[in-house]
Amino acid sequence: MIPAAFDYTVAESADHAIQLLGEYGDEAKLLAGGHSLIPMMKYRLATPTQLIDVGRLDDLSYIRRENGHIAIGAMTKHAQLETSDVLAADCPMLQHVAALVGDPSVRHRGTLGGTLAHSDPASDLPAAVLALGGTIVAQGPNGTREIASSEFFTGYFESVLAEDEMIVEVKVPAGSAGWNYQKFNRRAQDWAIVGVAVADGGSGISLVNMGSTPIRATAAEEALAGGASIADAAALAAQDTDPPEDLNADGEYRAHLARVLTQRALEAANG
Amino acid sequence: MTATIGSRMLRKEDPKLLTGEGKYIDDIHAPGELWMGMVRSTMGHATITSIDTSEAMEMPGVHAVYTGEQLQEMGLWIAPLPCAWPVTEDMVNPPHFPVAVGEAKHVGEIVAVVLADSRYGAADAAEKVIVDYDSLPAVGSIEAAVAGDVMAHSDLESNKAFHWPLIPDPEGTEKAFAEAAHTVEARFVQQRLIPAPMEPRGCMAIPSPAGGDITFYSATQVPHILKVMIAATTGIAESKIRVIAPAVGGGFGGKLNVDADAILSVTLANHLGVPVRWTESRTEAAGSSHQGRGQIQYISAAADADGKITSVKVHLDADMGAYMMLITPGVPLLGSFLYTGVYDIPNLSFTCDGYFTNMTPTDAYRGAGRPEASYAIERIMDMMAHEIGITPEEIRARNYIAGGEAFENYDAASTLVFDSGHYRPAHDRALEMAKVADLRAEQARRRDAGEAKQLGIGMCTYVEICGLAPSRALGGLNYGAGGWEHATVRMLPTGKVEVVSGSTPHGQGHETAWSQIIADKMGVDPNDVEVLHSDTAKSPLGLDTYGSRSLAVGGVAIAMAADKVIEKAKLIAAHQFEAAPEDVEFEAGSFSVAGTPSKSVHIQELGFAAFAAHDLPDGMEPNLQEQVSFDPPNFAFPFGTHVAVVEIDTGTGGVELIDYVAVDDCGTQVNPLIVEGQVHGGIVQGAAQALFEVANYDEDANITNPSFMDYLVPSAAEMPSIQLDSTVTPSTSNPLGVKGVGEAGTIGSAAAVINAICDGLSPYGVTDMEMPATPQRVWQAINNSNGGAA
Repeated sequence: MIPAAFDYTVAESADHAIQLLGEYGDEAKLLAGGHSLIPMMKYRLATPTQLIDVGRLDDLSYIRRENGHIAIGAMTKHAQLETSDVLAADCPMLQHVAALVGDPSVRHRGTLGGTLAHSDPASDLPAAVLALGGTIVAQGPNGTREIASSEFFTGYFESVLAEDEMIVEVKVPAGSAGWNYQKFNRRAQDWAIVGVAVADGGSGISLVNMGSTPIRATAAEEALAGGASIADAAALAAQDTDPPEDLNADGEYRAHLARVLTQRALEAANG
Repeated sequence: MTATIGSRMLRKEDPKLLTGEGKYIDDIHAPGELWMGMVRSTMGHATITSIDTSEAMEMPGVHAVYTGEQLQEMGLWIAPLPCAWPVTEDMVNPPHFPVAVGEAKHVGEIVAVVLADSRYGAADAAEKVIVDYDSLPAVGSIEAAVAGDVMAHSDLESNKAFHWPLIPDPEGTEKAFAEAAHTVEARFVQQRLIPAPMEPRGCMAIPSPAGGDITFYSATQVPHILKVMIAATTGIAESKIRVIAPAVGGGFGGKLNVDADAILSVTLANHLGVPVRWTESRTEAAGSSHQGRGQIQYISAAADADGKITSVKVHLDADMGAYMMLITPGVPLLGSFLYTGVYDIPNLSFTCDGYFTNMTPTDAYRGAGRPEASYAIERIMDMMAHEIGITPEEIRARNYIAGGEAFENYDAASTLVFDSGHYRPAHDRALEMAKVADLRAEQARRRDAGEAKQLGIGMCTYVEICGLAPSRALGGLNYGAGGWEHATVRMLPTGKVEVVSGSTPHGQGHETAWSQIIADKMGVDPNDVEVLHSDTAKSPLGLDTYGSRSLAVGGVAIAMAADKVIEKAKLIAAHQFEAAPEDVEFEAGSFSVAGTPSKSVHIQELGFAAFAAHDLPDGMEPNLQEQVSFDPPNFAFPFGTHVAVVEIDTGTGGVELIDYVAVDDCGTQVNPLIVEGQVHGGIVQGAAQALFEVANYDEDANITNPSFMDYLVPSAAEMPSIQLDSTVTPSTSNPLGVKGVGEAGTIGSAAAVINAICDGLSPYGVTDMEMPATPQRVWQAINNSNGGAA
C-alpha cells in the first residue's frame, strides 16, 4: 500500500502536458482523478517515476451541445456528468451510467478522459461511450485527431493512444431514444461482473467485462437489425467473446449473465 | 442530566472520535523513531535457501536489516510467540518465532525485518531484500491437511495437532440415533474470514532513556494480556513494561493476539535504545494477520416421530493455519457447548480435530466458535423440518428449552448450565415484525406466477455463551488464564468519580456505559465520571475485551466497587449525622437519617471529608476508593430470534437481503443505543459471511484476494434497514442481570440468511448453499435443479 518514489509536475495546459510526455517518455503517466492509477501505484503494479497532473486543467472540464452531438471535456468528472442538465436532456444514458461508477468520492475525482485512457474493460463509462458510438479526441505534438470509440480500445488497459498523446474531448451523439444500462455486481461500489449498455433501441449494444476491452455485441446487434426477436438477439450476446475468469464468475457464468442482461436491457430500452 | 442504567445516552467518546481528536497509534510519534518494514514470505511453504540484504542495506535511511537467523543469534527472546490455550496434554505446537528461520510456513510469514527512518523508506528497502526459496509442497485446504499426503511442517509426521472430544453420554447418543424416527446429516464449510477492522494493526515501543523501562503503544484489544505475554516471551521484567492502547479502531478479535510485530518492536527498541514502530498496510492485514473461522463441520441430528430432537452428533475438522497463536486451538471448542442450541436436546456428541495447514493462522474472530455452532444447529433444524414436513417455525417451537417458557439454571447436554432464558416471546415477536404470514402469501404468488425474482424467508433462534468467563471453567478447559475482571472506583476530593476499568474498549463505548452504571448506583451526573482504561500504568489489573465480557464481568465489577464506596461513605455520613449506620438511607446520591430528611449529605460532598480525614469514624482508613476483582460464577447466555428475507434473482443468481428483523435478549440493557449499534454491526458481519466474504486460497496456499477489491466487505448499500426489538430476561450470573451483546448479531445472522436462500430455492430442489452464497453459486444451484418453475 506504499507507492514507490516518483516525481510530480502540474501541467499548466494540454500543450504543456504533451510536451512533458515527450520529455519523460514511458517513465511518465498522466494523473487525472487518480482513482485507478494511485491504487495501482500503491500496490506497485504501476511504478511511474513521473506523474503529470492534468486534473487541474479546468478548461478541459465542460459539457456542451455542438452540432448534433455533445462535447465533453476530458477532465469532466463523473459527478458533473451525473448532474448535467445537458446530458439529462440529450444523452441520459451517459448521465445514468456515470451515477453508477464506484462511490461518491470516486465520482468526485474520476474523469471521463481518465477512465477512457485507462481502458479497463470492467469500467462502465467506456462501454457506454462505445454503445453510443462516441468519438475520442486526442491531442499530440502534431495537433488533434478524432478516434472512433470502436477503434480506440486494443487490450487490457491498452488503447491506440500514443505515449505522447492525451485525450482532450469526448463526443457523443445527442439522443435519448431507447437506452438502458444493466450493471450486475455484488456491492454497489464495485466494478460490473458483467454490464450491458444499449443505445438507440439496440443498434448499439456493448458489453462490460466480457473480454480484454469493452466490446460491441455485434451478433446481437445484427440479429436485431435483421428483425430477430429480443430474446433471440439476446441469446447471441456472448457470441465471439472471451470473458475473463475470477472469483466472482467463470466464463460460462459470465456468458450467461451477458445474455440475461442483454435481454433485460433490450426489453427496458424498447419498453 | 439523568442517564442511568437503561437510558439511551449518547456516547461520551464520540465528539472526540468524530472530530478527529482521537489519537490512534498512527497519530502518535516519538523523536528518533525507526520504522519496521516486514519482508514476508511469498510462498505457502518453502525452504529459505538464502537471504541477501546487501542492496537493502544501501538504501537511504536504512539502519539495519535482520533475518530470522540473525535475530535468533541475538537472543532477543526467551520463548516463541505464545499459545495460551493448549487444549490437550499432547497438542502439537511447533515453535513459532517472530521471524521464520529456515522454512517459511505460510504466505505473509515474516522472513526478514528492515529498520528505516521512514515508513516509505522501510517499504522501499523491504522490497530490495532478495530471498531465495526452494518451494515445498503446501497444504492449501483443510481437506488436504486431513488427507495428509503433504505436511504443513516438514518435520512433522501428521498435520493433526489435537483431538478433543466432548461426549458426556456416548450410549445415550447412540441409542437416540438407533431409535430415531428421522435423521438428517450435513456437511457445512465455515470459510476463512478476514477480521478487517477499520484501523489496521500497529505498534510502537519506546525505551526510556534510563532504567530499562519500555512503553509499548499498540492498537490492541488486550493491553493487560500483552504485558504479561511480552514479559514471558522476551524475559523483560513485567514491571518494566507499560502497555498503552490508544484510541483503537475496531478489532473483532483481530487485535486479540501477541503478534510478531509486538515482540520485534519491543525487543529491537530495547536492544537499540530507540523507538521502533510499525503500521500494518491493508495488504498485510488481509494476508498476514490472523483470520477467523476455517472449519468443516459434520453434523447429524436424530428426532422422534413428533419432531422432537433427541441427539446431535458433531465432528469438526478445524484449520489452525500454520501455527498456534494465542488462542487458535481453543476457538472451535468455544462452540462445542452450543451445538444443541436453544433446544432441549438430551444428547450431544462433539469431537474436534485441529489441523495445521500452510495458511495464515486462525484465531479469534467475532463470535469465535459460536457463530459456527449456531449456524450448524440452525441449518440442521431447517433440514429436519424439511425432512419431517413441518415448518421451520414449528420445529423450533416443538424443541425450545422449557417449551419456550421462562427458565433458570437449565442443565444442558453439554454439561453447562444456562443461566436464564425465555425463547418463545422473541420468536413470536420476530415473526410478527417480519410479517411472515404475508411474506408466505407473496412467496406463493411469485412461485405460481413464475416470476424471475423469488422470495426466501429464513429464521434462526440462537443462544450464545458470553461473559468470558468463570476462571474455574476456563481452568477446566486448560485455558492459560482466568476470566475475572478488575475495577476500582474512587470518589475524588472534588466530588468527581474516577473509575479504573480493567476491560479495555476498542470502539464499544465503555466510558459511556461505565458512567451510566456509576450514575445509576451513586446518583451522580455521568459527566462527573472519568473512566481510566487502556493503560497498564493507570489500570494495572485487567483481562481486557473479547467474548462479550466487558459488561457482564467488567461492568459488574464496577457496580460492585461502587457499592463498596457507597457502604464506606455511609459510615462517614452516619458519623457526621451522629446516627447509627443502619438508620442512614441512601437515595439519589444523598445520605439522610430515616425520619429526618432535612438533614442530608450528598456522596460527592463526602469525597473531600474522606480525603481530608479530619473527622472520620475511629479506625477508618482515609480516602474513598474501593476495588473489586469479580469472577463470575457462570457464563451468561444471551439469545434471540432473527428473520432474514431475501429476494433471489433467478436470472442472474443475485441475492438481495431485503428485510432483516432481530429480537435479541441480552438481559438488562445499560444503554439500548449501544446495544442496537452492536446488534446492527454484528448482523452485518454475519450476513457478510453468508453472502460476501471469504479469504480464498489456492492449492499452493496463496491467498488470491488480499484486498478490499476482491475481499468483499459489504457496505450500508448492501444491507436493508434492520428492524430491531428486544426482550429482557435478566441473567442470574451477576447482580446486574446483564448478559452481553458484542457478538450476538454475528451468531444469529449467517444461519438466518442461508436458511432464507434455501427456503427461496426449495422449489428447485436446493437443500443447502455453501457460504458465501455468491451469485454464481446460486445460479449454478438453480441450473442444476431437477424441477421447479421460473
